[in-house]
Amino acid sequence: MDGVSFALGEGETLGLVGESGSGKSMTCLSIVRLVPRPAARIVGGAIGLDGEDLLVKSDSEMQRIRGRKVAMILQDPMSSLNPVFSIGMQMREPLAMYHGLRGASAVGRAAALLRSVRIPSPEARLRAFPHQLSGGMRQRVVGAMAIAGPPRLLIADEPTTSLDLTIQAQYLGLLKELQAQHRFSMIFVTHNLGIVARTCDRVAVMYAGRIVEMGPVRRLFTAPAHPYTRALLASIPRFGARRETLTAIAGQPPDLARLPGGCAFAPRCPDVMDRCRTEAPPETATVAGHTTRCWLHVPAA
Amino acid sequence: MSPRPDAIARNGTPLLEARELTKHFAVRRGALGWSTAVVRAVDNVSFTIEAGTTLGLVGESGCGKTTTSRLILGLERPTTGVIRFEGRDVHALGRAGEREYRRFVQAVFQDPYASLDPRMRVGAIVAEPLVINSDLGAAGRRRRVAELLELVGLPDRATTLYPHEFSGGQRQRIAIARALALSPRLIVLDEPVSALDVSIRAQVLNLLTDLQKRLGVSYLFIAHDLAAVGHMSHTIAVMYLGRIVEVGEADAVALQPQHPYTRALFAAAMPLDLDAPREAITLTGEVPSPLTPPPGCRFHPRCPFAMDRCAVEVPALRTEAGRLVACHLY
Repeated sequence: MDGVSFALGEGETLGLVGESGSGKSMTCLSIVRLVPRPAARIVGGAIGLDGEDLLVKSDSEMQRIRGRKVAMILQDPMSSLNPVFSIGMQMREPLAMYHGLRGASAVGRAAALLRSVRIPSPEARLRAFPHQLSGGMRQRVVGAMAIAGPPRLLIADEPTTSLDLTIQAQYLGLLKELQAQHRFSMIFVTHNLGIVARTCDRVAVMYAGRIVEMGPVRRLFTAPAHPYTRALLASIPRFGARRETLTAIAGQPPDLARLPGGCAFAPRCPDVMDRCRTEAPPETATVAGHTTRCWLHVPAA
Repeated sequence: MSPRPDAIARNGTPLLEARELTKHFAVRRGALGWSTAVVRAVDNVSFTIEAGTTLGLVGESGCGKTTTSRLILGLERPTTGVIRFEGRDVHALGRAGEREYRRFVQAVFQDPYASLDPRMRVGAIVAEPLVINSDLGAAGRRRRVAELLELVGLPDRATTLYPHEFSGGQRQRIAIARALALSPRLIVLDEPVSALDVSIRAQVLNLLTDLQKRLGVSYLFIAHDLAAVGHMSHTIAVMYLGRIVEVGEADAVALQPQHPYTRALFAAAMPLDLDAPREAITLTGEVPSPLTPPPGCRFHPRCPFAMDRCAVEVPALRTEAGRLVACHLY
């Protein structure tokens, strides 16, 4: 990850799009300061939440923030749930730690949270173990735990990738409802541009650890500026647009350990110029609120 | 490899016909596994695949797509029902005939990291089917491997390399080359691009389209990505809990779905176009267990249009708006 910057308003949803290894997940882990050490390190920059810099917090302060203010939903619900404890026990632990709820009040609150993510007969579900629930139900439990705070920021990292289509649609609808109710901001990591079109206000496209383009969803989908974004949108099959061949992107995603000098997309870019191979393009705005990193959009000096 | 015009010319009989396929699995239940129950993984499923065309099979997990593909691949025998290949009953062919059938039907699976032996060189991987199933000698096999690698767009020197030296997209090309080795007439593509990076998927889909045009091979295309299925398929069959609920011409099914489940499925498919008209069907509930499928129409407990009749009477596939739909609404 290199020089990633973005800001998020209250109740806003930012989509973070990119291929595997583009830095989407690292960006999320950096926000909650959970990057795997010592392999990765946050070497510079600042992360602000409600005006407080998260990079100067102590580890214990950070843990409280992760418990209350920032919540995460990951792709595989079983990476968030412990298979040997009942749903009720797992939900009560953070409620005791961060909200001081114990006994009957904790059970009541846990059941209320399950009800708010529309899990039927929540009292019975509290006694269930994760393996007794379907994938969609498990992800709902993770959702219920995530909104316990309630959080100011919810980071959802491919939350529906392991779910079936109709269950995915239900879950996305549920997340939007919870967001409207609790006014949290959301960072939505996905490689599915269709989900971005449906759920996000703004979108940031990442390539090889950098945000190469960022802007409002409609603008980015109708007037993509970066050749990577354009190629990505053109390479995806669409309903009814019966085309013989899809516009494929040549080459392979780059090896992050051996990034080319200059723009990382240059070796695959159809519009590549000499300058792209030597100098990394600066961030430029095409219109207010829509930025890109591409020499095509840098006004000639 | 020369194109096979005969594949398209043989118009009267379809390349493959599945008639009323049913597959039951016995599963053990109870703490000691003494009682058994029957899962009807595939229940009365019929479809045809014409030479040189693609049948897209869609549906959610547990709908019977994979069992259907295993029946077609000859990896499972149907409990009842018939598979006809070029008009002949596959299971009445005898051992030699069945073996020949399996040469004609090959598969490419989702994960090219799991489907290629990491200890074998690519040349040996692609040549493997030829060792047992062809009379080619070593030199002939080498020529055939070179031909196949060129066909899938890999350099000649790939033969001496190992799978780990290739990216996911290139590995899937190796798997495709291996599947093509015996000049199959039908390839089962089970989620062939879902393990690949988004920017690589179009390359592989284009390769598959191109190969179909050049070789006249048919595909049974199974994928979760409905837009990809719509792009690749001539016909789409939609399955729910072991049954086909709708089958017809790809654009008709994808753009004007008729069965309430198909409508909900395609409404959930997240089209890229921001202004695409969307149907506001969101299903409640989850897919019931195939061990205890609901009576009547298996979709009725989740169907927003369910009537009394749906809970008792199994709807038959009937022609509606130019495709077959199994629903009492029509």
